[in-house]
Amino acid sequence: MQIKESSEVYDVIIVGSGAGGGMATKQLADAGLNVAIVEAGPFFDPADPVTQTQLKWPYESPRRGAGTDRAFGEWDMSWGDWEVDGEPYTQEEGTNFMWWRARMLGGRTNHWGRISLRFGPKDFKHKDVDGLGDNWPITYDDVKPYYDKLDKLIGVFGTNEGRENDPDGFFLPPPKPRLHELFYIDGAKKSNIPVIPGRLSMLTKKINNDRGVCFYCGQCGRSCSVYADFSAGSCLIFPAQKSGGRVKIFVNAMVREVTTNEEGRATGVSYINKEDRKEYKLRAKVVVLAASACSSARILLNSKSKQHPNGLGNSSDVVGKYLHDSTGASAAGVIPGLMNRKVSYNEDGVGGMHVYSPWWGDNSKLDFPRGYHIEVWGGMGQPNYGFGWDPNGMNKYFGLKVGGYGESLRDDVKKYYGSVIGFGGRGEAVARKDNYCEIDPTTVDQFGIPVLKFNYKWSDFEINQAKHMQDTFEELIHNMGGIPLNEKPGKDQDYGLHTPGQIIHEVGTTRMGDDPKTSVTNKYQQLHDADNVFIVDAGPFVSQADKNCTWTIMALSWRASDYIIEQLKAQNI
Amino acid sequence: MDRRKSLQTMILGGAAVSSGVVFNSCKTETIDEAVAESSAKYFGRTPKELERIEKLNAEELFNAHEMETIAALSVVILPPKEPHGGPIEAGVPELVEFMGKDIPTMAPTLLGGLMWLDHKSNTEFGTEFKSATLEQKKQICDQICWHDIEVPLDKQALEIQFFYMMRGLTVTGYYTSKVGIADLGYKGNQPNVWDGVPQDVLDQHGVAYDPEWIAKCIDQSTRGTIATWDENGNLLT
Repeated sequence: MQIKESSEVYDVIIVGSGAGGGMATKQLADAGLNVAIVEAGPFFDPADPVTQTQLKWPYESPRRGAGTDRAFGEWDMSWGDWEVDGEPYTQEEGTNFMWWRARMLGGRTNHWGRISLRFGPKDFKHKDVDGLGDNWPITYDDVKPYYDKLDKLIGVFGTNEGRENDPDGFFLPPPKPRLHELFYIDGAKKSNIPVIPGRLSMLTKKINNDRGVCFYCGQCGRSCSVYADFSAGSCLIFPAQKSGGRVKIFVNAMVREVTTNEEGRATGVSYINKEDRKEYKLRAKVVVLAASACSSARILLNSKSKQHPNGLGNSSDVVGKYLHDSTGASAAGVIPGLMNRKVSYNEDGVGGMHVYSPWWGDNSKLDFPRGYHIEVWGGMGQPNYGFGWDPNGMNKYFGLKVGGYGESLRDDVKKYYGSVIGFGGRGEAVARKDNYCEIDPTTVDQFGIPVLKFNYKWSDFEINQAKHMQDTFEELIHNMGGIPLNEKPGKDQDYGLHTPGQIIHEVGTTRMGDDPKTSVTNKYQQLHDADNVFIVDAGPFVSQADKNCTWTIMALSWRASDYIIEQLKAQNI
Repeated sequence: MDRRKSLQTMILGGAAVSSGVVFNSCKTETIDEAVAESSAKYFGRTPKELERIEKLNAEELFNAHEMETIAALSVVILPPKEPHGGPIEAGVPELVEFMGKDIPTMAPTLLGGLMWLDHKSNTEFGTEFKSATLEQKKQICDQICWHDIEVPLDKQALEIQFFYMMRGLTVTGYYTSKVGIADLGYKGNQPNVWDGVPQDVLDQHGVAYDPEWIAKCIDQSTRGTIATWDENGNLLT
């Protein structure tokens, strides 16, 4: 079979259409460049009623929202989860990494939590603080102008609090706290844990005439049909097209490799068209990888040539190394003060936390080096499959019988409706070279492309941090007069520390740096080994911070895009 | 034949009841047409997901007698109550059937438990469970409805596991149905302008808003005004 090659040479090919790829599309197309997006999944538009799950009722489905087909429940707007049919990944024995892939235009931005936190000054230079890991080759001041522009372009609610490592920005006003969040604020105060309004990219207020304003259905995970929350399609790619940009979208196109010439420079990509299962080639002056930290590493490692025998960009042998995810641990409690609630009002709110706790601790006095923030959930949400399953299971905390049947079950369900508060701790793991993904030479996906094998273990730093989370959650539940729902996980369970990958913040696999021997890209996210290849997902992150990564992915993608435009103009690439 | 109708007839003696189920398992169109036809009916499934649902719908896990037994048990577990009906109006038997196919590990417990119910009923009362009197049904349920909370469920007798599963499916099925959501009183899943917890609710729970905090929150009368800021990030509009 001959590989089909198009004659058109694009200015830029962008592989992947999530946060990083979407932002690069917007900036590069707005600058007049001819852009091709290559996306492994189908087209998706949150406004399309055929695929819409927003405002569906559980009884519209025969499984009432159960997560049989979609891991986060059948309303979740991610096509693909920990598993994607025909596209396996493998693990080094004794290790585990859970890898979430969303195969659709916009990728994981369609379902994510929209928690949009800037990294702070310390986050870019954390080695200076504790001697661990590495500093970024850039500072907060390098990124700040992009965060500022990003806030205004996309919209994020929050408040300026003047906190040293949680920088202020250009915020929309936040929504008022819900009842359980008022309990949380009071509970945290007793332990001197700070609580501030959440920072999420949902429009509590108009930012332009193209996007709707939040109507508080609490379903951002389903992707907003009026574009009141951020997703890469609705807020970046479609606007780039609408303003006349040249953006050609190739969907169901699974990139195999970046093609290179005799000089070792990129000439384009080859991809498998999932519909006819044939291989195609696209050509471009510049290739931008935005396929996700691990997928971009995979593409580079599979792009072997005479000039790049170890994989493209991998002369350092660092591609795939330093993989790290946020840490996570959880707890929940039943709060008697929240029982027997009035159901007289709609408290769906936005699809996420109206309040949260940024990291407050002094790590120099703790047995773990990096912080975490606390996300809070609760309230009288939409019942879905599983709701009321154990209708009076919480009776055991109040000396009442558990089980039985009859009309009293109705009272049990109502008594406890909205009485549970849960916490998610999301923290920073220290990036380590020996946590990595690599190519598994024994396994290919259904398109014949060698797959990734993961090797990832937590260290005591992360385990100790999880212990601190559990102690904190216990104290918070106690402060609210509540009772923890589950037994506190102990040392034998790593204090409930979630499996690596489970927080879905994969970063670090193509880290940036000034030294080509110890990093994959320079500080503009340009490969040291091929000057017309850039990476704008979270691969270039040197460290994760105790923040969610998306806002920084987009700020850096914008910054890299400006550099690409400048370099093309100067005819340097 | 609409099986749910026959169950309603059996349980309620033909009384008119409102339907809480919108999914019609007798669908005959092709998947593509179905996807294109109506998102309201197909709740945003991908073609592959829809195909799987159609495939499961075409399979039969329980025979008519077993479906009737499930229906009979479900209304003992959660008796119907005016004005919001009960498990039959909520489509609980259909949910049990679907989930038993959707999550196949549930099927042996359900099938085995139904056999146990009839065996027990026949042994004690000389009649199948579904035909036993309410009092007899309760006598049987009373023996299996209290699981030991100190012991993992999968270490307890099959009939205990069965009842726990059936109670779970019944209650979750009811409260995820139209009638059950009305009974619960959930007011969401519709466009809204959130402007805080009502004062009577704050009072009931003994909490209050901090005026300083509230001053930072969205003034909903300005939600339609395009945001502009000064150079320090102070909102001007």
